[in-house]
Parts: sequence; structure tokens; C-alpha cells
Amino acid sequence: MKVSNPLWKERLEGKMPEALARELDIFEAEISLKKMGKLEDRLFAETRLRRGAYGQRYDNGERHDGTKVQQMAYARRELTKGPNTLWDAPGMQRIKIPGGGLHAAQLETLADLAEEYSDGIAHITTRQDVQLHYVHIEDTPSVMRRLAAVNITTREACGNSVRNVTACPYAGVCEDEAFDVTPYSRALSKFLLGHPDTQEFGRKFKPSFSGCSQHACALANLHDLGLVAATRVENGEEKRGFAVYVGGGLGAVPYQAKLFDPFVPPEELLPLAQAISRVFARLGEKKNRSRARLKFLVQDLGIEKFRELVLEERKILEPDSRWTEYIREAEQQFTEEPLKPAGKLEPQTGSENFQRWLKTNIRPQRQKGYVVATVTLPIGDITARQLRALADVVRRFTKETVRTTVEQNFAIRWVSKSDLPELHQALDAVGLGAPGAGSIVDVVACPGTDTCKLGISSSRGLAGELRNRLIEKSYQLDEAVKDLHIKISGCFNSCGQHHVADLGFYGVSRKMSGYAVPHFQVVLGGEWAHNAGSYGLPVVAVPSKNIPEVVNRLTDRYVAGRQNGESFKDFIKRIGKAEVKKLLEDLTRPPEDQRDRSFFRDWGDPREYTLGDMGVGECAGEVISSTDFELAAAERLLFESQVAFENAEIERAGKAAYQSMLRAARALVRAELPLVSDDPDQIVSEFRKRFYDTQRFFDTYAGGKFAQYLFAAHEKASMAYTADSVRLLIDEAGLFIEASHNFSSRAEVPAAV
Amino acid sequence: MELQHVNVKLLLKNGDEELDLEPLVPVFHSWIQSQGWDELLLDVADYRHVFAGPGVILIGHEANYSVDNTGNRPGVRYNRKAALEGSNQDRLRQATVAALRACRRFESDPRLNSKFLFNGHEIEISINDRLLAPNNPETREAIQPDLAALLQELFAGGEYSLSYENSPRNLFSVSVKTSDTFTIEELLQNISS
Repeated sequence: MKVSNPLWKERLEGKMPEALARELDIFEAEISLKKMGKLEDRLFAETRLRRGAYGQRYDNGERHDGTKVQQMAYARRELTKGPNTLWDAPGMQRIKIPGGGLHAAQLETLADLAEEYSDGIAHITTRQDVQLHYVHIEDTPSVMRRLAAVNITTREACGNSVRNVTACPYAGVCEDEAFDVTPYSRALSKFLLGHPDTQEFGRKFKPSFSGCSQHACALANLHDLGLVAATRVENGEEKRGFAVYVGGGLGAVPYQAKLFDPFVPPEELLPLAQAISRVFARLGEKKNRSRARLKFLVQDLGIEKFRELVLEERKILEPDSRWTEYIREAEQQFTEEPLKPAGKLEPQTGSENFQRWLKTNIRPQRQKGYVVATVTLPIGDITARQLRALADVVRRFTKETVRTTVEQNFAIRWVSKSDLPELHQALDAVGLGAPGAGSIVDVVACPGTDTCKLGISSSRGLAGELRNRLIEKSYQLDEAVKDLHIKISGCFNSCGQHHVADLGFYGVSRKMSGYAVPHFQVVLGGEWAHNAGSYGLPVVAVPSKNIPEVVNRLTDRYVAGRQNGESFKDFIKRIGKAEVKKLLEDLTRPPEDQRDRSFFRDWGDPREYTLGDMGVGECAGEVISSTDFELAAAERLLFESQVAFENAEIERAGKAAYQSMLRAARALVRAELPLVSDDPDQIVSEFRKRFYDTQRFFDTYAGGKFAQYLFAAHEKASMAYTADSVRLLIDEAGLFIEASHNFSSRAEVPAAV
Repeated sequence: MELQHVNVKLLLKNGDEELDLEPLVPVFHSWIQSQGWDELLLDVADYRHVFAGPGVILIGHEANYSVDNTGNRPGVRYNRKAALEGSNQDRLRQATVAALRACRRFESDPRLNSKFLFNGHEIEISINDRLLAPNNPETREAIQPDLAALLQELFAGGEYSLSYENSPRNLFSVSVKTSDTFTIEELLQNISS
């Protein structure tokens, strides 16, 4: 789209790393070939994904405008950039930022790109990446060349590849880390980028480095490969190493990573990662995307067998000098120094606003006289002008560096304490000096229905609303509530990391009074600390517009009922899910007066939510179909399962979760075959024949994944349940029931009344 | 020098007051619904939560429209994305007319309650492409004749002053201030006569 596109290559000649420049020439040629019809859709889609050029909502050329699905009248509708993806539809460009590390010139380039190719905003993600939205595919080579000129690659930012290697943003300055993981994260990132052994994965692979086990900063437990710094003394000498965890992941069904090895020395890090990659590439699922992440392979094989296979693979690897070279280079080359001498801050200096900022946004460094200052971004968004101002700030107060965080903020390290008043003033002048970092007002959200193709509910709309309300009353909030984490995903795929929040929400839809209504599942009991120490479980689905009241009630109840300083997670565990559900029960119902249509719309979106579902009819308000009744019964069974699980009644929980799936399946089957029996074999067989084999139950993006959960649960129904297997079964049952609701909402099931 | 991707921003009245952009969201959605514009309208991006940011944007295929709050100076912005044939003057003119027409819609839409009114005397013109139009004296010199011709026509020979963005990091941008005040209709009439 940009007229200057052909000129950037020449302008940046010699300024880009040679190999990267060549790769970008090839990518540009592939774009031309695709335009000429000489590249197949799927192949081109994976090609661009591996360059970080992702799809965006409505890129199939259709958009529900509030009354009908509108065909977007692009002039070149026949031209596509992937299956069912129109060429001219804007897309998202993801930019990998290894370890979240950026310097001033890179911030300025990101600012220029946001302004010239996107909508003036750069978005920081929960994996320390930067995303630009509304980017035209033909502009992407210029975007990538300009990034390459400041040493940033978008290679393998999406697609079935090694994604951004994340790292604790406080590495090197944290008071209680084992050691600085930065050089090792850089070495691993460099080694795995484009490595031949990482090109045949069935799905993505996410590594993460943490400097300690107790904090949350790098969330090692929810990664495919989580590396936690550790030291041990050998022959009187302290040695560095990493506790290696594998097979963690959020997504629809979250898995905690398993300990692979408690101590791997740095020289073994790269070959071990290579061996893991080879095993994943060789044995990982390829056809069924929904079971293709490493977590499923580790689960299926068991950690012992997986370890055995990896160690066998390690033995037969051809020695590679880069294993030690990259580590040595990174250790020697990476140094970070302060710009200014260490300083002191007089207590009670500055305004009330400054004092509040000091309280929440400043973190001491282990280097005396220095601190880390967090720049809080609302829902991860920053303008082009703010990026330039941030570049000025880091030039003025540090040696030009800054890091992105998994909480969608920036961390400015090595700030001399005596500079804090001036630093805050400089940030505040451009709207970057807000307090509240890491607190309840610092709500994390994925893009959701704003721009993501998979979004079900408006995670950003809800996040914005909660943020505004919480900021308004932040001064009155009880101390116990201030440090809670709220994380929101627009769907079950967990990009907002809702599983590890105190208060997590993910988007679902429900039919109420004949209308589809945006909802969020309330997920409680997750743990952010200890590298995402435990995952929360869904409690109940509540209409979007009632979620602020959910937050009010839960936080009020916590403040009133908290015992001996217990954490929110422990509080929820103590009072139990049944009690929580009772507390929220009335919020799950539609308002009695339905003339106010705002209840049927999502936050920040005035369109009536999927009006296509109105086929059921406005008069159907009080008529509840038996399908709806049965789906509600399935949800009750699932809830019983959760309560049993909470009480460590594993067998009972497993059976109830399985029964809940059968009940939901029966609900759909019964609408077509009223005399279907209660026999599980008949239900599953009829379900398979009617909804799976015909692909009617398939989700646009997840395919038959949810139905497969039912089949797997049915197959394993006679086996003994374990705590781990029930934990997963509960999540899978929840997703199956959600999918059944969605299917029913699509009016594919005759309304059996 | 080829000027493409011209941006025109018409500054709003009462720009120093906090402007509630919320009413724009349903209006933009309804404009997408009706598709009654010359250009293809796609989506709405709401950035009210960022400080001095792009505000609320009506994302289009050929161009974006917004009430933009960059620099804490709210204005109706037309941001041309697609390339245009013709001369530099044609392109400056196209963006200016598109911005004026958009502003007329803002002013006349009853749902917006006359909250988004042109202040009558301030316009910003910028080129959203650093390679085609770097912010330097050469660009300033190159654009000058076409800019002067456009402004002569737009203000019907009335007086105006120019003030250029100085930082080479920022886009080439010029603020135009007139001593007289104009309505949108007058400016549209001037430029199309």
C-alpha cells in the first residue's frame, strides 16, 4: 500500500544484517509470487506466519455490522493471502523482542512503524512481543527491513516455530535471583532461530527464562521450555545452571510444566534444547493441531519416557561449536551499566501522585542506589509519540535500554534513586507516569474481539471498563485488594493468561431469552507468583455487563472474610466454589427489563452481539428449549465435579466431569433424536455420527477438538482417575460444554421445546 | 518529490477542554453499516484509554478517519493510506476535501450533538511517509508551491501563517492558521469552485 515500499530496500542496503536482508528479499519475492497466483494458499500462510505476519479479525472479508453480515467490498476479493483470508484485509504484525530488551533507537523505529503502517499504536503482549495492527501484507517487507536495520527480526514470531524467548525483565538487577539469565536467553534465542531442528514442529514452542523460582516475572511453569536459574556448589565452587521444566502451557487446557532436570549447566543448555526440539519435531502430533503442543507429548509419554528419549537424542547429536561459543559470547558481550552514579531519594519528596507512583512502580535493585521503574501502559498500548518520549527518557536516565514485561508494561532499569523525581516528571508529561503497576488496576488483556479472529468476547473492552472503575476508587480500595491480579482473555485460548490471575476471565457466549449474550467465565484460584505456580478453575459464566459487579462482590467478600492475611487464592479455596457460585448466582441471569439492550452488547461495542442468532425470534423470550435445560444440567454436573475436585474426591470429580460431557452431548443429540437413551455408548455414537463425522460441530478454528475431548473421556471412562487427569478432564468438559452452547446458539439444533 | 499518504487534521473548537469521544463509537459503527462513503470502511479502533493518542479511529481500506488527540489537540483527521494517481497538488487537495467532508458529517450528525465542530482557523497537514517526505528543509521547499496553491484556493486568498514541525524524528508536518475564521461549508465551497 505504501508508495515508498520499493525504495526501502535500497535505502537500507548495508544497514541490515546480511543474512536477514537476504531472507527479506526472499519473503518479498514470495509475496510477489502469491500475487501472481504461483504459491498455494496454505504454503503462503505458513510462510508469512513465520515472518510474524498474522491474520486479523474480519480478514475473511465478512463482518457483522450489528444487523447483518456484511461482505466487505474489497476490489480484489479473489486475491488471498491464505485459506479464506483476503489479500487486502489488514493483518497484525508481531515483532519478537527476545527477553523484552529494547534500546532507544529501536523504540524510535517502532514508533515510526506504528505511525506509518499501523494505527499509531504499538501493543505490548503478554509474551514481551510488540504487535502492530491493521498492517497491509504488501507493507510487511518494508516494516521488516526497517526493523532489521535496528537488529530486530520478526522471523518465527508466529507459525509452528520457536516463538519469542522471554525472560525476567528484572534479570541482572533483581534482589533475589540466582544470577542474571539475560545472556543465556540471548544465546538460546540466537541458537534456535531458524535452526533446522526447529522447522518441523506441529505447533509453536515457547521458551522462557526466570532468575528465581519464587516470583512470577517469567512464568516458567506455563512454557513449553521453562528455565529457572539455580546454583550449586561443586568442589567448593559455586556453579551456575538451570532447573529445566518442559511441557507447560495455557491454551484451552492448561498444563503445568514438569521438571525435566533440576540442574543443567550452561554449556548443556543449547544441546539439550536442540535434543528436546528434535524429539518434539519427530514425535509431536502433526495432523491434529489441538494436540500438537509439547505439553500433550509430555503428557502422553510421561515425563520419564520423554526424558529418556531426549537424553538418547542428546547422545547422538553431532557436536556443535555454537553450543559453547554462543554462551561464552553472550556472557562476555552482555554488560549493563548505569549512566548515572548511585543516588538517594529523600523520603516524602514530591507530590502525592509521585508518592503513589513510588509505592507501586518502583522496585529496588540489588545494586544499591538504583531502582527499576515500571511504566504502566493501559492494556499494553503505547502511542508513537510516547515511544519516542520513552526513547528520550531512557537516553537521559540510563544507558538507553528498557525491557517489556509480561504484564504489558515497560521496565526502566538502572535508574539512580536521586533521578526519580525528574524521571517521573518526564514520564508524566507524556502520560506514562501513572501509578498502579502490577496492582489490581493494571489489568492485563489480550486483543480479544477488537482484532483477534478467535475472540468471543471483548477482553479489551472489559479490561478498559474495569480499569476505569478501579482507578476511580483506587484510593478507597483495601490494601488486601490492591495487589490482586486481573487477567482477561477474549476466548479459551488464554492469551490474556487468565489461568494465573487471582481474578481471571475468558470470553464465552450464551443464549439468553433467544439472544446470544457475551459472557465471561470467571476463573478463580490461579497463582501468579512462583512462576505461575497453579492454575485457576472456571466457576461460573456471567454476562459481560455483570463482570464489574463480580469483581466488586468477590473483592468485598475477600476484604470482609479474609483470615490471618490469607491470600485470595487461599481464601477462595477455603470458602469453596459452591459458596462463590452462590455469591454470583443472580448475576448469571438476564435483567428482567430487557428493553435496555445494552445488556446484549459487549463492552465498547454498540453492535448487538451476533444478531444472526435472532432467528430464534424476539417472541421466544420466555421459551426455554429442552436443549438449554439439558446444557444447564451439564453445567451443574461440571460444577459438582469442580467442588468434588476441590474436596479431593478425585474419583467422584472425574465421573461427574465425564457425565457432564455426556449430558451436553445428549442435549444436542436429543434435539434430533428425541428418543435417545441414557446409554453412554449410544449418546457418543449418535453424537459422532450426527455432529462429528458431518463436521457440523466443528469450530471454525479449533476444528473437531472439543468433540475429541468427549470421545477421549468416553474411552477412558472405565479407567481409574488421577488428580492430574481429572484436572484436565474438568477443563476439557468445560470447553466441550461451551462448544455445545455455541453449536446450539448457531441454531443448528432444532429447538426441541 | 512524490507526496503520498497525505494527512489532514482539522482542529476542533474547545480543544483545550476534555472531549468525550465515546459518542463517536456507535456513530462510526453506523457509518460502516451504511457504507455510504466513497471509500470502503472496515472497523472501529477505540484508543480513548491512551494519553494524547489517536482517539477513536474509523478504519478504512483507502484511508482512516478519526477524532485524533495527538499532542492533546483534538481534531478530525483524514489519514490517506492508499496511493493516489495525479499530481502532488491533486493529492493534497483530495485529502483536504476528504477531511472537510468528514468534518461536515461530524458537525451535522445529530447523535454527536454539535460536540465536534471545526474551530474555523487551524489545519494541520502532514505526510505519513518518512522516506517520501523526510522532515527536512528540502521537503519544505519542495512542497511549498503546491501547498501555497492549495491554501490560496482554500482560504480564497485570505491570510494565513505556517508553522512547521521542527523535530526531524517527527513526520513532515505543517500547521496552518488563518486570521479569518471559516466554516466547513465555506472551505468546501472555496476548494470546489
